[in-house]
Amino acid sequence: MSTPPDPASGALGGRAAADRTAYWRTNLRYVATLLAIWFAVSYAAGILFVEQLNAFTLPGTSFPLGFWFAQQGSIYVFVALIFAYVVLMNRLDRRFGVDEGEETAPGGSAH
Amino acid sequence: MNVQAWTFVLVGLSFALYIGVAIWSRARSTRDFYVAGTGVSPLANGMATAADWMSAASFISMAGIVSFLGYDGSVYLMGWTGGYVLLALLLAPYLRKFGAFTVPDFVGDRYYSQAARVVAVICAIFVSFTYVAGQMRGVGVVFSRFLEVPVELGVVIGMGIVFFYAVLGGMKGITYTQVAQYCVLIFAFMVPAIFLSLMMAGTPIPQLGFGGADPATGVPLIKKLNGLHQELGFAAYTSGAKSTLDVFAITAALMVGTAGLPHVIIRFYTVPRVRDARISAGYALVFIAILYTTAPAIAVFARTNLLETVRDTPYESVPEWFTKWEGTGLLTFADENGDGLIQYVGPNATDAAGAPITNELTVDRDIMVLANPEISGLPDWVVGLVAAGGLAAALSTAAGLLLVVSSAVSHDLLKRGLRPEISEKGELIAARVAAGVAVVVAGWLGINPPGFVAEVVALAFGLAASSFFPVILLGIFTKRTNREGAVAGMVSGITFTAAYIVWFKFVDPAANTAENWWFGISPEGIGTVGMLINFAVAIAVSRVTPRPPRAVTNMVEDIRVPRGAREAHDINA
Repeated sequence: MSTPPDPASGALGGRAAADRTAYWRTNLRYVATLLAIWFAVSYAAGILFVEQLNAFTLPGTSFPLGFWFAQQGSIYVFVALIFAYVVLMNRLDRRFGVDEGEETAPGGSAH
Repeated sequence: MNVQAWTFVLVGLSFALYIGVAIWSRARSTRDFYVAGTGVSPLANGMATAADWMSAASFISMAGIVSFLGYDGSVYLMGWTGGYVLLALLLAPYLRKFGAFTVPDFVGDRYYSQAARVVAVICAIFVSFTYVAGQMRGVGVVFSRFLEVPVELGVVIGMGIVFFYAVLGGMKGITYTQVAQYCVLIFAFMVPAIFLSLMMAGTPIPQLGFGGADPATGVPLIKKLNGLHQELGFAAYTSGAKSTLDVFAITAALMVGTAGLPHVIIRFYTVPRVRDARISAGYALVFIAILYTTAPAIAVFARTNLLETVRDTPYESVPEWFTKWEGTGLLTFADENGDGLIQYVGPNATDAAGAPITNELTVDRDIMVLANPEISGLPDWVVGLVAAGGLAAALSTAAGLLLVVSSAVSHDLLKRGLRPEISEKGELIAARVAAGVAVVVAGWLGINPPGFVAEVVALAFGLAASSFFPVILLGIFTKRTNREGAVAGMVSGITFTAAYIVWFKFVDPAANTAENWWFGISPEGIGTVGMLINFAVAIAVSRVTPRPPRAVTNMVEDIRVPRGAREAHDINA
């Protein structure tokens, strides 16, 4: 079938299958939490409750709050979410010993 | 130097830069050609992804669309950025671990099926051609307005440049040219925005400027614009006309469509490691967000400027830019009441006596970004810079799309389908020939654009959302989804979405109104429903058909763990 055998892919293989499950569960929990925030700032604040939030302005500016979320705030939060995920996952990879070390990086220089 | 001389110089310099980069980074193997040898640093990949993603539509059209739609324009701002969160969290790291060359590679292998691969190839080619036609059109518009050459010649010049570096350099050449193009386009976008923000809000940061106040009067800009809109009979800028459900559906379709677009996904195959794929999605969104958070500021500045400039101005004394754009047919004035003044008003406008006023000015929203520096009286070199930026945006996206078409033909159809025995050298030649043919077809579409480019783009997003995204997601996050489920899901999702769009856009355009739409969801947003159908069908069918083979479940286990990501490989090799 498609994937050729690869010794490195068995990184978790030697350990208990429980480890693999725990790694994946934690990953799913991170994803679910971050996507809940993703939904809240765009679909909830920027669309579903935009009228209610427009009754307020963003402190220090003249932006109606809902309008600001729809055209500015949601985008800033999106960026923050991806970097949060990067940090969380790099830490998780190391904790479970499935990270890719510098020395194993293939490809080498860009050109 | 005048505007035209500046434009020639700046466009010429930027083209010379792209060609230089392409020669320096030409491709020597299929791995170089398809995935740039997986040696691209995450930062460079982020920049290249941003240039790849931000097309002529983002650079030239989006601020203008937001300017005319006000709050409703938010669907594009959120929709075309939020998809990167889905990519980074749900798709990119796993697809990098899988380590293939193309999107149909993943679909075909995960679902152990040539049928699934072929469906994916067809979607990839269709979606990419749709886009590329729009890019070539953008190239033509910039050339005809700023360099005053015929649109056809402009398209041919643009084709020549793309042909040169896409065919020579493949993904490697494209990636490093896109890094250069990102720098050109973001500089060109930000310079006029900073000037405008200083003029209109007294701060160099546009993102703050449009929430600020007019330094002369102290009136908040947004309030001033809402006031102007009310006086002239337009709906308030900060409130929308679309229904909440429709805004929701369009935003979701654009987000999911973004995450399902093949030319975006393959960018994450080019980095060395899984964690590089995650972080490069983050960098890409930072680079994209710089433009996407500036665009709504430009929209407010441009709208206010336009309304103040043309409002009740005698037609005799209009500025030079007005006459020039009239020459392109993108700006038209008809003196309905014969008073010699320009009445630019909305549907609710009335005069002092309460009688309705007729609108006399039609402004194509695509010209807002290009005309903005002239409307605001910025220096000539800024106008030339914007032209170079628009071309950078169009060319970088066109090149990325052409690569998808070329790899779909040479890799998915030949190597993995009809001619598995083809040699490395033969495959590379096939890839170059396919890229060459694709450039010519794209150029032809740019010179003879189908009259419905905008509609076809909606179709492209809808198809990407309703086909690729669900099957890739299920392929990673469930082990139970099998061949039967994936094929049934893709076919039903695509068929539903395509049928809905084709019906309202082509078969019966007269019926394309909110009353006739299902649940009030417009064709632009129907991809969201198509995606849900795809999910439902794929899960249901998988439940009643045999489990995927053991090897496939093992593969899913394997891609969920980062360690052991290899260079993108030819899977049969």
